[in-house]
Amino acid sequence: MTPLLQVQNISKFYGHRIGCQDVNFDLYPGEVMGIVGESGSGKSTLLNCLAGFLTPETGEVRFEMRDGEMRDTVTMSEPERRMLSRTDWAFVHQHARDGLRMNVSAGGNVGERLMAVGARHYGNIRAEAVDWLGRVEISEERVDDRPTQFSGGMQQRLQIARNLVTGPRLVFMDEPTGGLDVSVQARLLDLLRGLVREMGLSAIIVTHDLAVVRLLADRLMVMKDGHVVETGLTDQVLDDPQHAYTQLLVSSVLQV
Amino acid sequence: MSDYNFAYLDEQTKRMIRRAILKGLAIPGYQVPFASREMPMPYGWGTGGVQVSAATLTPDDTFKVIDQGADDTTNAVSIRKFFEKTAGVATTEETSAASVIQTRHRIPEDELREDQILVYQVPIPEPLRFLEPSEVETRKMHSLEEYGLMHVKLYEDIAKHGAIATSYAYPVKVEGRYVMDPSPIPKFDNPKMEMAGIQLFGAGREQRIYALPPYCQVVSLDFDDFPFEASKADHACDMCGATDSYLDEVIMDDAGNRMFVCSDTDYCASRRKAGHVGAQGTPFEEDAA
Amino acid sequence: MIEIRNLSKTFTLHNQGGAVIPVMHGAELVVAPGECVALTGASGAGKSTLMRMIYGNYLAAGGSIVVDGVDVVQAEPREILALRRDVLGYVSQFLRVVPRVPTVDVVAEPLLAVGAEGEAARAKARELLARLNIPERLWSLSPTSFSGGEQQRVNIARGFAHDYPAMLLDEPTASLDATNRETVLSLIEEAKARGAAIVGIFHDEAARARVCDREIDVSIYTPGLTAGAA
Repeated sequence: MTPLLQVQNISKFYGHRIGCQDVNFDLYPGEVMGIVGESGSGKSTLLNCLAGFLTPETGEVRFEMRDGEMRDTVTMSEPERRMLSRTDWAFVHQHARDGLRMNVSAGGNVGERLMAVGARHYGNIRAEAVDWLGRVEISEERVDDRPTQFSGGMQQRLQIARNLVTGPRLVFMDEPTGGLDVSVQARLLDLLRGLVREMGLSAIIVTHDLAVVRLLADRLMVMKDGHVVETGLTDQVLDDPQHAYTQLLVSSVLQV
Repeated sequence: MSDYNFAYLDEQTKRMIRRAILKGLAIPGYQVPFASREMPMPYGWGTGGVQVSAATLTPDDTFKVIDQGADDTTNAVSIRKFFEKTAGVATTEETSAASVIQTRHRIPEDELREDQILVYQVPIPEPLRFLEPSEVETRKMHSLEEYGLMHVKLYEDIAKHGAIATSYAYPVKVEGRYVMDPSPIPKFDNPKMEMAGIQLFGAGREQRIYALPPYCQVVSLDFDDFPFEASKADHACDMCGATDSYLDEVIMDDAGNRMFVCSDTDYCASRRKAGHVGAQGTPFEEDAA
Repeated sequence: MIEIRNLSKTFTLHNQGGAVIPVMHGAELVVAPGECVALTGASGAGKSTLMRMIYGNYLAAGGSIVVDGVDVVQAEPREILALRRDVLGYVSQFLRVVPRVPTVDVVAEPLLAVGAEGEAARAKARELLARLNIPERLWSLSPTSFSGGEQQRVNIARGFAHDYPAMLLDEPTASLDATNRETVLSLIEEAKARGAAIVGIFHDEAARARVCDREIDVSIYTPGLTAGAA
């Protein structure tokens, strides 16, 4: 099996400060990788470099295109990269309003990516939108409501539907359950797990919530001060952490 | 002739505007930025159109101005007088007699010829504006041909109203490339944009000029199952009886009586002159007005 | 099926003065298909640690653990995940599930993961739940609200849903009543009969005697402890 994504020597600096430095990893089809670390550890900087929102100073982010060729998305042309991000890639923001059009109906939000890749049949677009709303447990009768009328959990599920409707192969998630009630979180996590398995998605999830990665991620990368301090199988890193920082992180989790 | 430079603007400014117009004609539908000047009228009263007209007019031209199809509204009269005074050009109300026609929100009913130029006044040149507020982002979307958002607007229309309710400023795609705002003309006029004449669009406040060369392909955006329709009031003109022209609805009194009349006053008048009479019309008399 | 050579394990407690605690040294174990081996030794001798290392949950300090040709000590995370999905089952003492997923789906999940068709997987899950005497009215509920004994039986059902060629069992019969204990022992015997290699921890001596072919006292691999010290 060949990797879907090869990340090599990614470094990003903010002036003299390190955003993230010398990050390397391969992501295989169907793999879900978690990136954990405290605020300022560089996990969001790294995610934004991978997703093309920031340009790293060094390194390559090589992605397997549909024709099987590995292409460096850092140096590819902007139209190509933007095309990727509306077709093969998806990005789920922490705050749904960053990832949704708040003044466009739920159906329009889901349909946008379809229309962006050329769908021109209203009935089909709408049917697909309704289908996806169902898959993220939003009832059909809400299809014409705007996200402003939705609860936080529903907005987040709508954002996921909007992203997955074009059948992406790689999903970036930035704190997808942040700011949600625990009961709403659980529902969202279950939904994400199901979608990842059904669609064979690969995903990179940035979070500071170790319970989230334990449930969602196959592998874990622990970051501190812009550097990767530990990687491995999720349950192994959490149950038998090797690095001093990871041990501190794991032992700092409050028990319920 | 007056003490003004010909057509009010100085020659350097007119050259700058002509360069923008030529670039616009070379890249149909593309919004060319230009250094819009202060004009002796408020923004929103056609400062963009006036600057384009000023750069286009020559002393031999015959100029016509219409506002919502009418030659006799304040805006039309003022602009016509403005160029009579500053350029000394001949003016007319007759579409076929004009070589340059400045318009606000209509295309004349008479088909334009190759030797005619239509100048539009444009309030907001960016068709994506109300969906994406960032100009940086919309320019990127144009350059990368990312127009999915335009259909989102039409989708929302159908979802809300059961049909594409956008009835004016209906977005078009030009020569298969740029999505363009046709200015707030009724969508009834959209099909007329594939014409023999040159069409120039000026947005003064927004500092943009764009253009359509003759016989340019202009396609109104739509869905396969909700095709574009050039609609008008389902009525005939009560003055001249025309069934093929765009109509204004006029409320006649407090009792709710109303009539439909051609918005193109020249078209209506010339039909009445030729003897056509509508349901509420009277036969044409030379000095009726 | 399972072949452990010269395995060692230390814990380094960076946040407690960098204390290095050696917990296992030179461990050796070979388990053949159809064989069940019991790990014995006092509490703290390293039975669970060894089991967790075989599963890849703990990182070995040295040596090798080859399961079905994959050395768990050296393998990439995705290789270990594939091993866990297809080859190596683990029945732990604690049920860890996503809240709000129905019990029948929790049990069916290992089958779905290996590509079983949804209804077939659920049928197998229902059969196992029935065998383990989980009342049918509970099947559509999440097991998070179940009693400890019920959760353990759900965990066992889940562990036996897919016919793993190798299995790790951590106290599978603890705190079960006689009927359910009997069911679990039959499940283990059936697994052996179809050729599964099993490593287990059983405090229940009668159960151990009935299903295990051999015993390994892991104390002999514990630095500072001698075999049989407990």
